[in-house]
Amino acid sequence: MRPDTYAYYPGCTLHSTAKEYDVSARLVCHKLGIKLQELENWTCCGASSAHTTNELLSIALPARELQAAEEMGLPLAVACALCFSRLKHSAYELADKEKLDLVNELLGKEFHNTTEVVHLLKVLYEERDAMTVSRPLSSLKIACYYGCLLVRPQEIVDLDDVENPQIMDQLMERLGAVTVDWGFKTECCGASLPLTKPEMVLKLSHRILSQAKQAGADCVAVACPMCHNNLDAYQKDMKRKYSDKFELPVLYFTQLAGLALGFSPKQLLLDKHFTSPLPMLRDKGLADAGIAIKV
Amino acid sequence: MNMTGTIKPSPSSDLQNFVESRSGQKVLRCYQCGKCSAGCPASYVMDMGPRQIMRAIQLGLREKVLESSTIWLCISCQTCSARCPNEIDIARVMESLRWLAAAEKSEPAEKDIALFHQLFLTLIKRSGRVHELSLGALYNLLGRHPFANMKRLPGMLARGKLSVLPPRVKGVAEIRSLFAKVKAMEKEHQKREVE
Repeated sequence: MRPDTYAYYPGCTLHSTAKEYDVSARLVCHKLGIKLQELENWTCCGASSAHTTNELLSIALPARELQAAEEMGLPLAVACALCFSRLKHSAYELADKEKLDLVNELLGKEFHNTTEVVHLLKVLYEERDAMTVSRPLSSLKIACYYGCLLVRPQEIVDLDDVENPQIMDQLMERLGAVTVDWGFKTECCGASLPLTKPEMVLKLSHRILSQAKQAGADCVAVACPMCHNNLDAYQKDMKRKYSDKFELPVLYFTQLAGLALGFSPKQLLLDKHFTSPLPMLRDKGLADAGIAIKV
Repeated sequence: MNMTGTIKPSPSSDLQNFVESRSGQKVLRCYQCGKCSAGCPASYVMDMGPRQIMRAIQLGLREKVLESSTIWLCISCQTCSARCPNEIDIARVMESLRWLAAAEKSEPAEKDIALFHQLFLTLIKRSGRVHELSLGALYNLLGRHPFANMKRLPGMLARGKLSVLPPRVKGVAEIRSLFAKVKAMEKEHQKREVE
């Protein structure tokens, strides 16, 4: 049986550029009776920067959050794919007693590395049969994009197949949508490079969007705030650079699940994207008023 | 065997030894098939592809490796690691090379990327979480490209996606002490290395 309460680690972006991911995740979980208990005083997992430059910090920063969840005695649900990856890596490395002792010394706490880390995609996937779909997404063709960090490396994150993952597809199909077969599910979007190498991000993200478009998708579903930013926020520049004629809305899988469960586009903050999904959703008859709920 | 390597820094040992002990990866297993470079999304901008880096480590070409743009342009997407027929976690190898470069304080081939990561960590130390507006502003000022990445700013602000003030977190003191301890520990290791 699945637990009905999780410790919840939103991560920095879910409180800023990826607000809509946080809001939609909370709405959907609430509707499904899954309690998310946000870690008190959580701090950054170190993201790409810690593991790029400082090994000790890259293990110790996530360990601080793992320890907090351990103290609560709850499994730790994570929405951001990067945080998820860093927390999983840290837990994996701390199986080494020498490293665990070192981290305990650094944190000044007693941590036993027993926290189970789960990604929200897996939580919702496992819940799919219990969902009451009030607004089936049957008119939508979705390209499910998993990116790098959710699936690689398999022996550490253990979520799905590394080349052709399926769980987001199966979740979307359960909600009534059609998912497209395409080859770029786990290609990299440019990750943390938009500030430092914007032209690389444009190129890599453009390849992904073009492939999704070619496969006949109406939109792309993602589970990572970096992927979302890279695919959503630069489409105007891509149009200029690559003379594209198309725009392709990019939605969090939690927003799509929220639509199917009856929430309105406004509740799910679908009006916050740079490439607005609203015209497409109206076309598909998916953007009516929706239900009201207090969380 | 411990597949993630030991934690003891030993920058003075030879390149292959350092990489193997810190990353836990067997560099000699690489037989140069090139699958890593073929699948690498960033290889088109690197001065050496991942396959060439692996060979250069085997040959002990320390400076060539540490001065390459490759180690900084690696995005850690881990496609190479997932596809290596000899099960070498090449992304992990790249990571250990960045640690070595950082420990040796060698001039990074991609200064902006190194600066970005350094600022990111500084912000964590300062406020516990990363304040994106501060990160962008500091990066632009210290990287001497004051008007970079401004295009998205109005849109981000209009959508309420960027908060103007840095986050306030109670755990900051804990984080600062963690950073201080890590620094002290690294110094201690280095001192022992010299002795």
